[in-house]
Amino acid sequence: MSKDETLGEALRRQGISRRGFLKFCAATASLMALPPGMVPAIAAALEKARRPSVIWLSFQECTGCTESLTRSHSPTVEGLIFDTISLDYHHTLQAASGTAAEAAREAAMEENYGKYILVVDGSIPLGNPGFSTIAGISNKNMLLDTAKGAAAIISVGTCAAYGGIPHAKPNPTGAVPVSELIKDKPIINIPGCPPIPVVITGVLAHFLTFGTIPELDELGRPMAFYGNSIHDRCYRRPFYDKGLFAETFDDEGAKKGWCLYKLGCKGPTTYNACATTKWNEGTSFPIEAGHPCLGCSQPDFWDGGGFYKALSMPTEDITRTAVYAVGAGAAAGVALGALNRAKKKRIEKAHEKVTINDLEKGD
Amino acid sequence: MDTELLKVESGEDLTHNVQPLLHEIRHALVKLLDDGGNTVIDLRSLPLAPGEEQKLLDKLGQGEVYARLHALGPSEIVETRYPGVWVVVHFNYDNEVIGKFIEVCDMPRLLCSQQEDIRQGLEQLQTQLVWCNE
Amino acid sequence: MSEAELLLWVRGPALQIATAIFLLGVVVRLAEILMLGRKKDLAEARGSAVAGGLRTIFSRFVPDRGTLQRSTFNVVAGYIFHIGFFVVLFLFTPHILLFQDVLNVSWPSLPTPMVDATTIVTIIALLAVLAHRLQNPVMRFLSGFQDYLVWLVTILPLVTGYLAFHRIGAVPPPTLIAIHILSVELLMVIFPFTKLMHAFTFFMARYYNGAISGYRGVNS
Repeated sequence: MSKDETLGEALRRQGISRRGFLKFCAATASLMALPPGMVPAIAAALEKARRPSVIWLSFQECTGCTESLTRSHSPTVEGLIFDTISLDYHHTLQAASGTAAEAAREAAMEENYGKYILVVDGSIPLGNPGFSTIAGISNKNMLLDTAKGAAAIISVGTCAAYGGIPHAKPNPTGAVPVSELIKDKPIINIPGCPPIPVVITGVLAHFLTFGTIPELDELGRPMAFYGNSIHDRCYRRPFYDKGLFAETFDDEGAKKGWCLYKLGCKGPTTYNACATTKWNEGTSFPIEAGHPCLGCSQPDFWDGGGFYKALSMPTEDITRTAVYAVGAGAAAGVALGALNRAKKKRIEKAHEKVTINDLEKGD
Repeated sequence: MDTELLKVESGEDLTHNVQPLLHEIRHALVKLLDDGGNTVIDLRSLPLAPGEEQKLLDKLGQGEVYARLHALGPSEIVETRYPGVWVVVHFNYDNEVIGKFIEVCDMPRLLCSQQEDIRQGLEQLQTQLVWCNE
Repeated sequence: MSEAELLLWVRGPALQIATAIFLLGVVVRLAEILMLGRKKDLAEARGSAVAGGLRTIFSRFVPDRGTLQRSTFNVVAGYIFHIGFFVVLFLFTPHILLFQDVLNVSWPSLPTPMVDATTIVTIIALLAVLAHRLQNPVMRFLSGFQDYLVWLVTILPLVTGYLAFHRIGAVPPPTLIAIHILSVELLMVIFPFTKLMHAFTFFMARYYNGAISGYRGVNS
């Protein structure tokens, strides 16, 4: 597929009719969580869109993000998007390895300098850059080097966006997110553990369609997918409002689909598209399947107080502090009380009896 | 360990999404009659409880038109029992749903033949006729 | 600090500090009071001090007729506020879960819509109490900084809690929740240094009065 071809030309060359193209645009609009009324604008933009070069770097990650993305490939929409982009470098998906792969990466960087999209998954260890290397190059150096000519960086997955599980206490590798190392390039965070696949392709589709970065929230996430909390879109919300909670995973409340707040649901403080876009082409999402939300698209969700502890419960051991405070208070109180009593005795002792004779003298 | 599958039933109409959606469709039909304006509702953007989408589609039912598209995978376009209210479902080649819409209009635009396709078809027909003549 | 970091901080380190100050302060003050001791009554006992003390703790929950007639507003508004505050703090599911985590005990909750309505009633009672304090010349004369401070740190958790539950406000919901928890931590930290201590000392005061009278064989 020629790099200079527009998306519209590429689709027509593949024998896709205008009708097929419109269907593609409708599905893409739905994918990008845009209102259906925008389909004509999307069609017009996609007609003229050009293939961007994409370099995908995988650092300290479990490959779950790539797996999620490739498993649920819908060959029509996401596949087309991936056919449209030129995926010039990806550890898991590429056939090449070693020096050949690195040479391919460097060639793509040079050829598209200033215009390629850099996708990163996994966190970067700073404790010792040698903790995670590719072809002998540390993650940190590869990131700094590759980011120089990137038009924008997409941090896929909570690890790249916020540090993820390596960043959880006690963070033995000194893991940091991409945003902590790169300060001079636009970064889009697509957190989630893993992120919803269509969210990843939705952001790429946005690039293709509009050539710009979508509107981001204060944590760098696209508002189209992360603009609402799970709680505000959860179909079980009426049960929360009424105070009907499941107490265990198999009690009457659970069977009736009641709210999972008591079982540790982090929906109220988690922003993602799970409740509307859902997973597996809109099949379901954790709460619908009966499991409380883990909060996996939020920073430090691993240290957020336990997956099965309710949101109103503290994240640390307060009981121990309470016991120590009471103990210390008792000791201090007794000590202070003793001091008070001593003071009282001293005052009593120092009390001088005054008689009427004393008063009359020296007048 | 008890391996009996737990069935979760939707609470008795405690999540009331079907009625409001039907009202939205009603408003759209009024708009269609008034000024010919079309309305499209993306069903995948709404937080529906399990079973609610089916309930809604059951209430809309099926009318006189059923069309099956074959472009980038199959699509089904059905006019519901309420004329002007269409349900459009797009599938990919693996028969996975990639889009579900309710369109309130005379006819979903996708059913019409598209100008570019007509032009392309004309070229092909002309080529065909030239061959026949030779 | 980002919204996510703030929320984690108030649920973690901030709560540790607030709990430590609160419990340390309360226990120190209670211990000091107890260590002060009581003057020994040298008369012969004519009744049971303990029985009198215990009975008075509960009998004083009913206001005496004279006070009720003279200060009807204060008594009624005060009761509404205190009962409402108790209901909102101890009978709301998310709060019960918090206590369950810290104290390992749990108890039944009230339906959420009921707690929701109670919150509004309690806030109204607090506003009425403040209005009364400002309008009544005697009360206005007697009121000092601490009176208004204590009123503020009491109403803040109620208002912020209501806003957080209903997700009303210009800031994102997680920040609303963080502000609510922060307002509670403020209350906790201020508590031992103000007259809020009455929450713990009221039963001691009632007991003392009851015991004195009970020892003498009279009703208190």
